[in-house]
Amino acid sequence: MPDQASRADTAWQPSAVQRERDEWRRRRTVRSAAIAALSTLLLLGVVGGAVVSSPGWDRVRETYFDWDKAVSSFPAVLEGLWLNIRVMAVCWVLILLLSLTVAVVRTLRGPVAFPLRLLGTAYVDVFRGLPLLLVIFLLGFGGPALSLQGLPTSPLFWGGAALVLSYSAYVAEVFRAGIESVHPSQRLAGRSLGLSYGQTLRHVVLPQAWRRVIPPLMNDLVSLQKDSGLIAVLGVTDAIRKAQIETALDFNYTPYVVAGVLFCCLTIPMARLTDRYARKKGYHGAGGHL
Amino acid sequence: MTTPRPELLRLDGVRKSFGDHVVLREVDLTVQPGQCVVLIGASGSGKSTLLRCVNLLEVVDDGVITFEGRDITDPRVDGDEVRSRMGMVFQAYNLFPHLDVIGNVTLALRLVHGVAADEARARGLAMLDRVGLAARAQARPDDLSGGQQQRVAIARALVANPRLMLLDEVTSALDPELVGEVLDLLTELKGEGVTMLLNTHEMGFAREVADQVCFLHDGRIHERGRPEQVLGDPQQERTRAFLSRIRAS
Repeated sequence: MPDQASRADTAWQPSAVQRERDEWRRRRTVRSAAIAALSTLLLLGVVGGAVVSSPGWDRVRETYFDWDKAVSSFPAVLEGLWLNIRVMAVCWVLILLLSLTVAVVRTLRGPVAFPLRLLGTAYVDVFRGLPLLLVIFLLGFGGPALSLQGLPTSPLFWGGAALVLSYSAYVAEVFRAGIESVHPSQRLAGRSLGLSYGQTLRHVVLPQAWRRVIPPLMNDLVSLQKDSGLIAVLGVTDAIRKAQIETALDFNYTPYVVAGVLFCCLTIPMARLTDRYARKKGYHGAGGHL
Repeated sequence: MTTPRPELLRLDGVRKSFGDHVVLREVDLTVQPGQCVVLIGASGSGKSTLLRCVNLLEVVDDGVITFEGRDITDPRVDGDEVRSRMGMVFQAYNLFPHLDVIGNVTLALRLVHGVAADEARARGLAMLDRVGLAARAQARPDDLSGGQQQRVAIARALVANPRLMLLDEVTSALDPELVGEVLDLLTELKGEGVTMLLNTHEMGFAREVADQVCFLHDGRIHERGRPEQVLGDPQQERTRAFLSRIRAS
């Protein structure tokens, strides 16, 4: 059967009607692409022109886009970024663990699990409601003040804890949505084979949920990459804090731009990777096209 | 076979409702080892619910289900252990899409029955061979036809040597030309002495394999008996009406 089909395919030549359609589609594509390119250039030109021709442009350029300042501050900012990357990596692992636990707890059924569910729901509600910056301030200054035995008092630790607590509330909801998107018949099938509730969750539900939530998880990871810069407010010398220090030398704000570009260099590849993964897995509506 | 064999499964006065909707009012039923008992009845008559109650996927509101001489409706009974001794096959197959075919078949062997990976694989492959799908062991369920998926589901349910097979409308989701391969397999299993409790709309199949046909109506078994009697010469008006509707369609 397949052989026949492929032989027929090689013999096929498009008819005159089809050739005319293809030609029309090709012309239209070229025309549309030309219009899109032109209008994009025009828009960028207008915006760029407006900025450059503004009365204060020369001062802005000196203060924000000073090439020599960029070069001189680059090593310090890059060094700070390395801290951001480490904070992000450690926090991401902890976020995944905590949020998965919270999500599983929130999907438990039965009156026995009610206190746990209540705790999970309260946690998610509170930490999704609190602005991240506020959590960082509260924990960053309040945490060390507790002087808890065995816990470090460094702003890095408490800033990281704030990131983990805040992000886990969001990510827990992502996991919960994934868990609940697995059709109940899958649980039934697992249980009917004699698997326990936990085994069904571990071997049937979570593997399927996990696959479905990878795109939104990667989205949150991109978000965490840049929000890791917020702990600079505690005085942690990350990229943003380093930029601040460099800026304070001569009130030239170029180091901030350098930090911004470096953050984009981290997040943009991650965003493209997310899109590609989502498309490869055939998620509809997930991941924009470039 | 001089002494009467003890029944494998017995239902006494089983009742199950969902909210105000009473699905099973008072169901009495017995299944002997090696028997094939077929439930028939209109959609919504409670056939699937009955199978789920037996599999302890639903908790009965009242009544007693005895399996291998033990009351499994007792809340102190370990439901997982009971389910591990039954095999259930669903209308929509319910295969695990994230596992390949052999992974589906061996999951319970490894996790529930404590069979080592190598042996589980060997037994799984033998079972797949039995249902004619050994060549597709590495395939994903989504890459199989409906009939193949349902045969994998049967293999998955059968691989741990269950005492009882529960088959819930296993051909209802299949294209007509795929129904035969599944029914042929069930007929063979019946010939091998596998005990089965199933529901179906395939009356020809019921007539062929059933030792007993039970017509479920209004939450009760309205009529029961040999297939040739219930299907060929029904005594109850309701049964006649149901069968004529089935044949008309």
